[in-house]
Amino acid sequence: MIKGISKMRLITALIVSIIFFGSTGLGFAADTIKLGIAGAHSGDLASYGIPSIKAAELVVKEINEKGGILGKKVEILAEDDVCKPEVATNTATKLVSEGANVVLGHICSGATKAALGIYKDSKIIAMSPSATNPALTQSGEYPNFYRTIASDDAQARLEVDFATNVLKVKKIAVLHDKGDYGKGLAEFAKGFIENSGGKAKVVLFEGVTPGAVDYSAIVQKIKKSGADAVIFGGYHPEASKIVMQMRKKRMKTILISDDGVKDDTFIKVAGEYAEGVYATGPKDVSSNPLAIKATEDHKKAYGSDPGAFFLNAYAAAQALLNAIQKAGSTDYDAIAKALKTEYVDTPLGKIKFDDRGDAIGVGFAMYQVRKGAYAEVK
Amino acid sequence: MNYFLEIFLGGLTRGSIYALIALGYTMVYGIIELINFAHGEIYMIGAFTALIVASVLTLLGFNTLSVFILALVLAVIYSCCYAFTMEKIAYKPLRQAPRLSALISAIGMSLFLQNYVLLAQTSDFLPFPRLIPDFDFMEPYAHIITTQEAVILITTAIFMTILTIFIKFTRMGKAMRATSQDKVMAALTGIDVNRVISFTFIVGAAAAAVGGVLIASHIGMINFYIGFIAGIKAFVAAVLGGIGSIPGAVLGSFVLGWTESFCTGYVSSDYEDVFAFLFLVLILIFRPAGILGRSESNKV
Repeated sequence: MIKGISKMRLITALIVSIIFFGSTGLGFAADTIKLGIAGAHSGDLASYGIPSIKAAELVVKEINEKGGILGKKVEILAEDDVCKPEVATNTATKLVSEGANVVLGHICSGATKAALGIYKDSKIIAMSPSATNPALTQSGEYPNFYRTIASDDAQARLEVDFATNVLKVKKIAVLHDKGDYGKGLAEFAKGFIENSGGKAKVVLFEGVTPGAVDYSAIVQKIKKSGADAVIFGGYHPEASKIVMQMRKKRMKTILISDDGVKDDTFIKVAGEYAEGVYATGPKDVSSNPLAIKATEDHKKAYGSDPGAFFLNAYAAAQALLNAIQKAGSTDYDAIAKALKTEYVDTPLGKIKFDDRGDAIGVGFAMYQVRKGAYAEVK
Repeated sequence: MNYFLEIFLGGLTRGSIYALIALGYTMVYGIIELINFAHGEIYMIGAFTALIVASVLTLLGFNTLSVFILALVLAVIYSCCYAFTMEKIAYKPLRQAPRLSALISAIGMSLFLQNYVLLAQTSDFLPFPRLIPDFDFMEPYAHIITTQEAVILITTAIFMTILTIFIKFTRMGKAMRATSQDKVMAALTGIDVNRVISFTFIVGAAAAAVGGVLIASHIGMINFYIGFIAGIKAFVAAVLGGIGSIPGAVLGSFVLGWTESFCTGYVSSDYEDVFAFLFLVLILIFRPAGILGRSESNKV
């Protein structure tokens, strides 16, 4: 009898313990929101990945101090991919099996691309603070991918949007300096104009020789093409020569250029001829109070200045967690909807995401030379 | 037709720019068979001198015309001093040495002067003031040819004429022609060969400095590197026309200017240099001495 009771007790204890542990296991999963962080946390490119962990730690700490999201604490799962595509697939699999709800990462474009398919199959949203490869969002292959950094072609897109929607020009000449940067940009711009649905057309697409004695022939060619605006991909020495020669030939053609031209030397050299020239340039966030606060917090917590992509990662962590909060659940579709519709205040400004997953209002802004200085065009 | 004319004039202006620099290459080669690679740097120094002089004079309140003339004159004088000194230091001691040594010395001089200006001035582009104002009567034609371009064309033409007359009809010109034919024989007949060589360098430098000032004023910007690219193109033009020949250098420059201009205008500026150098190769295959390079009497 005694034996029987002890046997009964043992079985009960076993059953109870199984239920207990099992339920705590389930209960644990339900009680925290898991934020996966993937990227290079060791190796050559660790300096790009580590800041995103620190950014997430700061954001998570702040949120947890306020009581978490949806009544749950946020937990960080950091996994290293060393910026290698072949490692990134393992990293992604591991994060999925650990039950990550959303992923902040990866850091490098190649690793990101390799990992995205795995997240897509598991219906997990990934947001990179640093992967700039245009195809990641534009190919449409990865609807689960978002980013808080401008893609490589963002300047070209901004230039073309500005030319066709704000200036409403119909004929555009696209020039470049044959270099990697300038030609790449010009090719993107050409593609965007051609896909603009007939709003404008490319009347000239050519490269100029950097450092040539003068550009009078190409300037005459622009005039003959009847272009209303020139989009130039390249740097300021060529841009100032082109704009000066255009103005000296009494041409009023608008010049729109890029970051390589948004330089004070351009204004100094081209002088009065620089007036009215448009150029895209990185958005200035140094005066954003949230950016200042995030940087200060980093200094307080880690005793050093933040590293690369810190603010982008900070913004990404905020955007992801905010979207979960707004969605009211960790459901894939609900988070995706929240990311695209709800604005969130971040160190990069007030952002939300477009249909392709690129953050709106991040990265570049349009500037114009007015009275001898670049002023942002609102 | 209008477009053709614009491209034609553009090529002509570019050709005149090359011609002013090519003269120095061809004259020096004609006399001592040296390719003076530092010649492009003389052009750059001329432009820098004019920039400094013009800035100072404008601050002092001189009017446009006097600023232009003074800047031009001082740039010419300063560049001539450089060329004179350069010849004495870098080339004269090597006159009996193998020709390769002098060539290396010239390349060294070119790098030296480039880096000297880079350190003494700046690596940035500097704005160059418009020394030649736009004349009102040119305004209706400004879309075809600007005042500055017209001034460059006219100056080149005047410079060529004076130089041709000088070499044909003066004692010094005669001495230059004699030296170019045979240095030793010329010395035996009582010609001071060293003086003739120095003089050749000075005339070449003067042409380059005039070119530097006019072109910088036309383009509106300079940096330490402009002499290198312009110098290479002018050298090509001199070879194209037949190095050692003065009319050849001028013709070669115009041919190069037009080739580049028409290529940009009617084909694509992507291939500007490709066509220019393809043309050079073709001409050199059929006329290895350049367009006018054959006849000895054309040598300076």
